[in-house]
Amino acid sequence: MMVEPAQSSGAGSLGLVTSAAGRAAVRIGLTAVAPVVLALVLSGAVLSQMGTDPLEYYGYVVQRAFMTPSGFQATVTRMAPLLLLGAGLILAFRAGLWNLGLDGQFMLGATAAAALAPPLAQVWPIPLVLAASMVAAMAAAALWSLLPALLKAYHGVNEIITTLMMSFLGLSVSNALVKLAFLDPTTTVPQTRTLAVADRLPPLSGTTVSSGVLIGLVAIVAVHLVMTRTSFGLRLRVVGANPRAAIHVGLRVPLLTVMVFAASAALVGLAGAVEILGVHGNVRADWNPAFGLAVIPLVFLARLNGLATIVYVLFFSALQIGAESAARRLGVPHYFSLVLVANLLIVLALVEHLSQRWRLDTRS
Amino acid sequence: MDMILSQSFLTSLVVGLVMAGVPLLLAGLGEQISEKAGVLNIGIEGMMLIGAYAGFLGAWQTGSLWVGFLYGIGGGMAVALLMAVLCVRIGLSQIVIGIGLTLGAEGLTALLHHVQFSRSYPRLPGVETWAVPGLSALPVVGPGLFDRHPMVYLAIALAVILSMLYRKTHLGLTLQAAGDKPAALDGAGVDVLRTRFAAVLCTGALAGLGGAFMSEVGAGLFIPFMTNGAGFIGIVLAMLARGRPLWVLAGAALFGACLSMTTALQVAGINIPTDVIQMLPFAAVMAVLVIFGRRASLPAALGLPYVRGAR
Repeated sequence: MMVEPAQSSGAGSLGLVTSAAGRAAVRIGLTAVAPVVLALVLSGAVLSQMGTDPLEYYGYVVQRAFMTPSGFQATVTRMAPLLLLGAGLILAFRAGLWNLGLDGQFMLGATAAAALAPPLAQVWPIPLVLAASMVAAMAAAALWSLLPALLKAYHGVNEIITTLMMSFLGLSVSNALVKLAFLDPTTTVPQTRTLAVADRLPPLSGTTVSSGVLIGLVAIVAVHLVMTRTSFGLRLRVVGANPRAAIHVGLRVPLLTVMVFAASAALVGLAGAVEILGVHGNVRADWNPAFGLAVIPLVFLARLNGLATIVYVLFFSALQIGAESAARRLGVPHYFSLVLVANLLIVLALVEHLSQRWRLDTRS
Repeated sequence: MDMILSQSFLTSLVVGLVMAGVPLLLAGLGEQISEKAGVLNIGIEGMMLIGAYAGFLGAWQTGSLWVGFLYGIGGGMAVALLMAVLCVRIGLSQIVIGIGLTLGAEGLTALLHHVQFSRSYPRLPGVETWAVPGLSALPVVGPGLFDRHPMVYLAIALAVILSMLYRKTHLGLTLQAAGDKPAALDGAGVDVLRTRFAAVLCTGALAGLGGAFMSEVGAGLFIPFMTNGAGFIGIVLAMLARGRPLWVLAGAALFGACLSMTTALQVAGINIPTDVIQMLPFAAVMAVLVIFGRRASLPAALGLPYVRGAR
């Protein structure tokens, strides 16, 4: 299925395709499908070096993540936090702000939700508990982004360094909170109190898929629409494209910077809350899924487009779930998914660059 | 008795500081070279990790730490070469490619470790130290700092050498210009891309060496993800030092002290969660940025690819 467009792109580069529709097909094949195939081949070379048949591995991952009911439900459930992280990143990156503090914000959100939900569930109705926990998670993460935001907005301090620092700090703070303040006294495992399964985000009817994925989908579509269809989104894109021009057209850049940071971090914190309220029910000490760095390439692969991000997140969730299962069955550690994503990112960036040069060459 | 106990405690504190600080120092010095030349090298974490793996592999196969260091330098430079081709030569986004390279290095080293070492978990034999005559007889600092592997002294010397290089030589000015006013450098007849290319390769070499020190001297074994953010701390050190290598040395000592404190206090049985102490260096950096934030300066063209003739 994937080979055909790749072949036609080969024909196109030889100048055999001349019609407009043909050229469009060639371009899609060249910029979207060929890199995926190339990245799979490159990563497959790593697999065969390790003594694993790449085709068997890929076949197993696809079979496990898409064809089995439990695997597919796990894939869709995993999408929830990744979609929210993607939404937060698109918001910040489109506004030209490098929010690289995702892991800290994610863990603070998760910890806030895990601290609040179990005790509240004793006294409040469950929907209210879930909503309050999510709001608390968003507030905690947004608060954590305030210092980098203010430093960037009013002192011009590079946000890459400050968000990274705050991320390490956030990880430590949330760990310390889990171990000191919110420890569950009834168990010897260092973890927070556990939210009963019945009290968690309800699964979609007839499945084990947490309804968190709906929150994720709504968030990323909303961010996409805001960025592409509203004047607010346009303002943010102007700030991102040229902050100096943005000041000249009268935009309040410092205020927008702080707002974008808060909103971006709130979405990341919500991702943490959804993962806790929907899947785990508690936060174990030293738990950190480190989704942050992995989502950044996905968002760039999707060229900061929210709808395309959904596709890449589905791909990556399936890869993660399949790889985790393959680790047990085929003995290949799930870290392989990192290699594949890195390959894909680099190949795609290269192909895009080459296709741009190629287009310039054919025009001139 | 108390006196001896506290002295040995302090000595172990200094040892920990040196062991944790040297990789940070090398990473920070390496990152500084890139940043001076206008390349924000986010891939340094990946370079360190590959260096840590390659260094351990070299030392384990040949039995020589020095061969291991060469392997580490080579590993770091291999990743740097990729970064230089993609970001300097082709001009792709330095941050995106840097994160991609870090992810790839994390995955690749974890896989390689799984294939080669996950059954046996080999360890390198203890590290031979070289005592500085005279100084090593000092209390606390003597055994802690002046009776260590020679690479420790070389790393500290490197900070001093680079400091002279930046201030006193033409090469230092060229590097600075590539980051501040690349077009002016181009006009003066120096190839900006070649300067940046070389700078990124130097970063890779130092980061790889730092990683190799971590696995060979610090731990004596390779653990997946063992750099654990050291590369990112190196980026922070380089940014805060604003181009001054001796400031990187001071910063690496501060971070090293905090990291060393976490283990030392645990050994001493003082019951503070390590997480609280681990916050100290990062909190210190944030405090510095809040106080001196307005004066923090970075090369003007940092992070931007240079295209001749483009405005």
